[in-house]
Amino acid sequence: MSLSTEAGAVRPRVGEVTMVEALREALREEMRRDHRVILLGEDIGIEGGFGGAFTVTLGLSEEFGHRRVIDTPISEAAIAGLAAGAALGGLRPVADVQYGDFLFLAMDQLANHAAKLRYMSGGKLAVPMVFRAPVGATTRGSQHGQSLEAFFMHVPGLKVACPSNPYDGKGLLKTAIRDDNPVLFFEHKLLYGSKGARKEKSGFQVTAMVPEDEYLIPFGQAKVLRSGQDVTVVANLLMVHKSMEAVGILEKQGIDAEVIDVRTLVPFDWETVFYSVRKTGRLMIVEEDNLTGGWGAEVVARVAESCMGYLDAPIRRVAAPDTPVPFAPVMENFYIPSVERIVAVARDLLA
Amino acid sequence: MSETSLDAAHRVKMYRRMVLCRRFEERVYYLFLEGRLPGTIHQSQGQEATAVGICSALEAKDMITSTHRPHSHAVARGVSVDGLMAELFAKATGCCRAKGGSMHVGDADAGMLPAIAIVGGGIPLAAGYALAFQYLNQPNIVACFFGDGAANIGTFHEALNMAAIWDLPVVFVCENNKYAASTAVEKVMKIKHVSDRAAAYGIPGATVDGNDVEAVYGSMIRAAARARQGQGPTLLELETYRFAGHSRSDPGHYRTPEEVAAWKGRDPIALYEANLSAQRILDRDKITAIAAEIEDQLDRAIGRAEQAESPRPEDCLTDVFVN
Repeated sequence: MSLSTEAGAVRPRVGEVTMVEALREALREEMRRDHRVILLGEDIGIEGGFGGAFTVTLGLSEEFGHRRVIDTPISEAAIAGLAAGAALGGLRPVADVQYGDFLFLAMDQLANHAAKLRYMSGGKLAVPMVFRAPVGATTRGSQHGQSLEAFFMHVPGLKVACPSNPYDGKGLLKTAIRDDNPVLFFEHKLLYGSKGARKEKSGFQVTAMVPEDEYLIPFGQAKVLRSGQDVTVVANLLMVHKSMEAVGILEKQGIDAEVIDVRTLVPFDWETVFYSVRKTGRLMIVEEDNLTGGWGAEVVARVAESCMGYLDAPIRRVAAPDTPVPFAPVMENFYIPSVERIVAVARDLLA
Repeated sequence: MSETSLDAAHRVKMYRRMVLCRRFEERVYYLFLEGRLPGTIHQSQGQEATAVGICSALEAKDMITSTHRPHSHAVARGVSVDGLMAELFAKATGCCRAKGGSMHVGDADAGMLPAIAIVGGGIPLAAGYALAFQYLNQPNIVACFFGDGAANIGTFHEALNMAAIWDLPVVFVCENNKYAASTAVEKVMKIKHVSDRAAAYGIPGATVDGNDVEAVYGSMIRAAARARQGQGPTLLELETYRFAGHSRSDPGHYRTPEEVAAWKGRDPIALYEANLSAQRILDRDKITAIAAEIEDQLDRAIGRAEQAESPRPEDCLTDVFVN
C-alpha cells in the first residue's frame, strides 16, 4: 500500500519535515545533549512497536536504549507521578500519554503534586518534567478527541505549550525539556503528518523548514502569522491553520485580518494580543475546546480589562459547543470550528 | 531483636528521638488548643516507633516521602525542629517558608520531600525519586510512608507494580494504624494484611510489630539492604495505632475505650523505655535528663517560632515557577 512507500521514501536531512519528525528530532537532540533526559510512556520503545501512539518516539530506543526510553504499564497516574518524582530526583523526564484524554487519569499527580511541590517547599524544589499529550477531534469520539489545554492553564505551577507547526514544535519542545518547571505539551493529532502506519487520514499536510542547527523558541512569545488592520484572530494548534485558511477567504472579500498563533498558553504573551487589538479594534478567538471555560474565555477577560476602550465591536469566540466530542463525521464537522464559521464570525464583526 | 547490631548509644538515640516525636506532638497539641497555631493538625502520638525505626535505618542522602500525618516522620528524619515548629506557626523561617503548613512539612536537604497530603499521592513520587537514584547510579533509597487507607487507592497498585518491574530502590512503608480516618481497615479490605498484597507484585512483604522500634528497624535494615543491592522494593506493613483522633476535631468515638486502652498499654515509648531499662542501658536519671533536654529544645523552638517574622502577604506570589 502507499503508506509503506511513503514511510520508505528518502527524505533529505535539511528540508520540509513533519511535526512527528520535528518532535522526534527535538527529543533526540535533547537526549544526546543531556543524559538526564529520559522518556516514559506506553508503547514508546517496543521493538516492532509503533513509537508511541503517533510514532513520535520511533527509533529512539534503538539509539538510547531501554534505560532511557522506558516502556511503562498502562498506569497513567504512576507515569505522571514517577516522572515528577524522577524530576525531583534530578532527571528531566519527558512522559507521554497516548491520548490527551487520559491525562484525567494523571490529574492528581500533575495538578496536586508536579504543579505544587515547588510552592509547598517554599521554592526549594523544582520539577523539570514535560508531559506530552495528543489532542484534537479525529473521528474517535468522546474519549479520544478532547482539547485539554484549558484544564492545565488553570493550575498555577504548570506551563502549557501548543505548537501549530513543526518548526515551533521542535523549538518549543526543546525549550520545554530545558525548562525547570513542569510543562504540559499539547500536540494536535491532525498536525502530526506522521510517516508510517498511524498517519491520520484527515490530517493537514503541515510541513515546515526545520533547521538542522540548534534553535530554541522561548515560551511566552506569540507569533503574528499575518499582519492585518481590520480584525485580530487569536488561535492555537489546528485552529491556526483553519484561521489562516479563513483569512485567505476574507482577504478576497476585502477584510484584512491579523492572525496570532499563541504558541504557549502559560506563559501567555498578552502584550502581542493587546497590541494587535489596540490596532484592529476587533478580536475573535478560535479554539477547538468547548466554549465554556476554554482558554479563549481568559483572553476575552484580559482584553476586556486592558483594551476595552479600543474595541469597536464585541469580542467573539469560535469554539466547540458545550457537548462531548461526537463520533459521526457529519456531527464532528459541525462540532469543530470550521473555516466557514470563522469567516462568518469575522464578517459579522466587520458588519 | 538480636539480629540487629544496635549498640547502646544507637538505642538511646532511637529512644531519645521517639520521645522527641512524642513531646513535639504533645506540645503542638496544646499550642493548638491555645489557638496559637493556624490550620489543622493530624497527630501521630503512638506511632513513634514506625517513624524512628524506619528513619534510623536510612543514610543521609536517602529520601523519605510522607503523608498528611507527617510530624513524627519529619522529627525522626532529622528535619530541624526549629524549622518544623516555625512552619506550624506559619512563620517565614518555617521549613517550607510557611507555604506548606502542617500537612506539607519537609526539607529535601534533610532527606524528606514536602509531605504529600493526598492519600496515596506520594507513592508514585517515591518510586520516581527512586528511579532517579537508580538511573544516576546513586547508592540511595527512598522510604515511602503511607497509611492503611492509601493501600486502597489506585496509585498504590500502579506505583508498586512499576517499582517491582524495574527493581527500584524504594521501600514501601505502610503504617497500618487500623483506621482510615474513622473507617476500620477490616471494613474496607478483605485480606488480613496489607503486606499480603506484596505477592501480587512479586516483591517481598512483611507485617511487623510497629510498636517495637527495634523490630521496625530490623525489618527496614533488611528491606533497605535489598533495595540498595538492586534487588528492588519491599512492602513493609507496620501495625501500630494512633492515640489521638484523625485530626484536631476528631474525638474518636468509633473506637472502643477498651481498644484504645489496650494499645496505650503497648505504648511504643513505654515499651522501649522498659526494654532499655531492663538492659541497664537507661536508668531513671538518664530518662529524666533526656526528657529535660527535649523540653528545653522544644521550649527554644517554640520561642524562636513565636519571635520569628511572618511572611509578607505578597510572598504568596513567589515560588510558583522557577524563573
